[in-house]
Amino acid sequence: MSALIETLDVRKAYGEFVALDGVSLAIAEGEIVSIVGPNGAGKTTLVNLLTGLAAPTSGSVRFKGEDIAGVGPVVLARRGMARAFQLVHVFPSLTVAQTIAVAVVSRTGKAMSLLAAIGSDAAVNARVREVAEIFGLERKLHTQSRFLSQGEKKLLDIASAFALAPEVILLDEPTSGVSSADKHGLMRNVIDSARKAGVKSIILVEHDMDLVAEYSSRIVALQSGRVLADRAPADFFADPQIVAAIVGKRVGRLAKDAH
Amino acid sequence: MRTALIVAALAVLLALPSVMKPYYVTLVLPALAYAIALLGFNLLFGYAGLLSFGHALFVAIGAYGAAVLSSRMGVKSFEVILLVSAAAAVSAAIPVALLAVRYVKIFFGILTLAFSMLFHSFLFKFYDLTGGDTGIRVLRPSLLGRDFASLDKTAFLVGPFYYYCVALLVVLGFLMWRLVHSPFGLHLVASRENRRKSEYLGVRVRFIRLIAFAISAFYGAVGGVILAINTGQADPELAYWTHSGELVFMTVLGGFASFMGPLVGAFTFVFLKSELMGATQYWRFWLGAILLAIVVLFPRGLVGLGQELWARARKQ
Repeated sequence: MSALIETLDVRKAYGEFVALDGVSLAIAEGEIVSIVGPNGAGKTTLVNLLTGLAAPTSGSVRFKGEDIAGVGPVVLARRGMARAFQLVHVFPSLTVAQTIAVAVVSRTGKAMSLLAAIGSDAAVNARVREVAEIFGLERKLHTQSRFLSQGEKKLLDIASAFALAPEVILLDEPTSGVSSADKHGLMRNVIDSARKAGVKSIILVEHDMDLVAEYSSRIVALQSGRVLADRAPADFFADPQIVAAIVGKRVGRLAKDAH
Repeated sequence: MRTALIVAALAVLLALPSVMKPYYVTLVLPALAYAIALLGFNLLFGYAGLLSFGHALFVAIGAYGAAVLSSRMGVKSFEVILLVSAAAAVSAAIPVALLAVRYVKIFFGILTLAFSMLFHSFLFKFYDLTGGDTGIRVLRPSLLGRDFASLDKTAFLVGPFYYYCVALLVVLGFLMWRLVHSPFGLHLVASRENRRKSEYLGVRVRFIRLIAFAISAFYGAVGGVILAINTGQADPELAYWTHSGELVFMTVLGGFASFMGPLVGAFTFVFLKSELMGATQYWRFWLGAILLAIVVLFPRGLVGLGQELWARARKQ
């Protein structure tokens, strides 16, 4: 197994404050890796480094063998990494179809077609419909995003990221704002869709240990900017000390019950 | 419905010279010029969400381009004047845009304002080069190689020149319509609605803003050339900030949220201003009051108001 994404001894400091210190991890094809840890552990910083938004103070971040330190989201999107957000990010006045089309246009390199009619581009429309169907949004294609329910907006956010046909997708708390009854449905939907769409690896940043336990193939736990544990879920939840450090005892028990 | 309105408006435009007094037709010419300039202005404002407070810069570059080419360099061809002036505006727009597109909202507005005021000072102070406050004369051009020598100035303006400008508006309007409905236009709107999200979907925000800025400068310069030929003069007031303010005014008056809004705004403004100026010396007061009323009562402008009335009429 070759590493698709890896960080090598990454350190990120903001002035005096060290957000990440000596973080090394590798994510291989086929893995679903969860990044967990209490608030302030460095999850957001790590996500920003992995998506090329920020460059590490020292150490390297590689995607498919290439250095991606601070290359920015646009370049990463082209190289095959997509990101869905914790808070719902949509384009309020664009329709579902238009939102997905934004990604399809980037993917197909049509952004500089200045005089082509997007509405009658059969290839774009077919791809938009295909992605919308995967996420069950095909009946809302012509609805403006601002009129969607919170759950639908979430789906659209993820669907538009999928439309880039990425190799890796980073999901930042994909089920936040989704009812607990629906969250498993959403996660299964996302993971199935990812497989169908040819996504090789998924990085999941998640507070909900229930979901982490159920869907991860590996868990990376951060604490105070360092990797506290990097294990398979069974090993992770078998160690009460680690579970307590990351999620507190109560949730630790919950996750154990789930197994 | 929309097509019918456009065809009707075009028919009216084409019929005007035969039914209206030449004085009024010469008023339609600046309206045509502003309509073209605002098509470009609103690509930035309405579609990319970038409000330029200095867009008169490009109108002025177009006007001075026409002046320098016609009276200093002896260029007669309207087509050459249009293309060279617009190319000058695009070349000026690129460095301005490289700096300005890093910013949005008030910072973008102030930067563009600063550049236009720089140009205004240049026009004003470099008397030998620019004619200072008196400006430079703009000579009558030839159209498609014909110089219409038998027509006097007014007959030329309300005749062949007028129809030429209507044709320019139609062609440039059609191209802009295609542009805002293209993949490029979609990316532009996406970057306006949510910059961060659009970047994660692969939208090259700064680059497409730069292109949009250059295109809007092109349209601004074409408008400027027409304005200058109509008045026969290019003067520094064209680059002054109040002129930029008028561009914003017209766009808001017509409604920036729709494609046709700025066009409606341009025509309404030119006639409103001329009527008010004839009726009262306090015309600035009344223009201000009207803008205030539009912003408060009909934030979507005259086109938005029209759409609302039409929707209400259909319900009944």
